[in-house]
Amino acid sequence: MHELSIMQNVLDIVLEYGHHNNAVRVYRINLAIGELSGIVPDWVQRYFDMISAGTMAENAIINIEKIPAKIKCLSCGSETVIQSVFTEFSCCKCKSMEVQIISGSEFNIESIEVS
Amino acid sequence: MDGVRIIQVKENILADNDKEAEKLREHLRRQHTFLLNLMSSPGSGKTTLILRTIEQLRNEFEIGVMEADIDSTVDAEKITAVGIPAVQLCTGGLCHLDSAMTAEGLKSMDAENLDLIIIENVGNLVCPAEFDTGAVKSAMILSLPEGDDKPLKYPLMFSKCAALLLNKIDYMGIADFDSEAVKKRVYSLNPSINIFEVCAKTGEGVEAWTNWLRNEIKNWIQP
Repeated sequence: MHELSIMQNVLDIVLEYGHHNNAVRVYRINLAIGELSGIVPDWVQRYFDMISAGTMAENAIINIEKIPAKIKCLSCGSETVIQSVFTEFSCCKCKSMEVQIISGSEFNIESIEVS
Repeated sequence: MDGVRIIQVKENILADNDKEAEKLREHLRRQHTFLLNLMSSPGSGKTTLILRTIEQLRNEFEIGVMEADIDSTVDAEKITAVGIPAVQLCTGGLCHLDSAMTAEGLKSMDAENLDLIIIENVGNLVCPAEFDTGAVKSAMILSLPEGDDKPLKYPLMFSKCAALLLNKIDYMGIADFDSEAVKKRVYSLNPSINIFEVCAKTGEGVEAWTNWLRNEIKNWIQP
C-alpha cells in the first residue's frame, strides 16, 4: 500500500539527482526493495509511469532487485533468511524466537542511468 | 545508447519514519512516558476500551490520550468528559499516523508529566500497521462481530502487536466466531502475543488487560 506516495518520493529524488548531474533524460532507475517492505512491484512501474509523464524521467524503466528478509538470532548469533513474510520468525539453528530483523525492510534507490 | 552515465543515489525512502520513531522512543524513555499505539477496524471498541483502561489505571498513573480520526472531535470529547487530557488529530484523509505526526501531537500535550499516553490510531486494519508511531508497544482489538478470518486476511497488524483484545465477547453465540481458531491463527503469526477476551462495554475481562499494561508501563518507566 502507499506505493503512489512512495513513487512520488522516488520521482522527486530521481529528478533532483538528474538536475544536479545535468542530465537530459533518465533511462533507468535501479531500486532495491526488501521482502518485508510490503511494496507490490507491479504497481511501482505503473504508478511511476503515471506521475513521471512530462518530466525527464518519463518512460524510465524501473529495475527492482529484491532484498531478502534476514533475521539475526540474539541467542546464538546465526542469521536466517525468512522465506515468507508471515511465517514464524525463529532461528533456523537453535529455534529461538529472540530475533532481530537485519534486512528486508528497505526501499532504496540504488542508482539511475541518464544521459 | 551513447553517453549514458550511471549516477549512484543510495537513498532509502522508508528510512525516515523508522529513524524518527526510534528517536521518539528514546526521548520517551528519558522522559519516563509509556506510549501505547492502539489499532483496530472502525467500531471495534477502541474508545470504550480506553475509557475502561483509564477507569482502572488513573489512580496509579497520569494518563493522556491522543485521538486520530479523519475528522471530528467525537472521541476526544468522550475522554475529556472523564477529566483526562486528550488531543484530537484530524488527519483530513490520511489513513494512519506516523512518528512525525505523533511527535507533533505530543507537543500539544503536557507529555513530560504523563506516565501513560494512549494513541487511538485511525480505525483501519491495513495501513496503521505499516507505520511505526514511536510507541513503546502496539495493541489491537478484534471484535467478535468482525469475524474470525481477519488474522488470515490482515496478517500484518496481528504480527506487529504485543497484545490482542478480542472484544464484544457478549456476542459469543450470536456472532459466528471460533475463538480457538483465531488464537491458533494469531499465535502462528506472532507466538509471543498476549490475547485477552473482554467486553469493554461491561468491563468483563478488562482487568487482565490492565494488569498486563501496568506491568509494561512499570518496566518502562522504572527499569
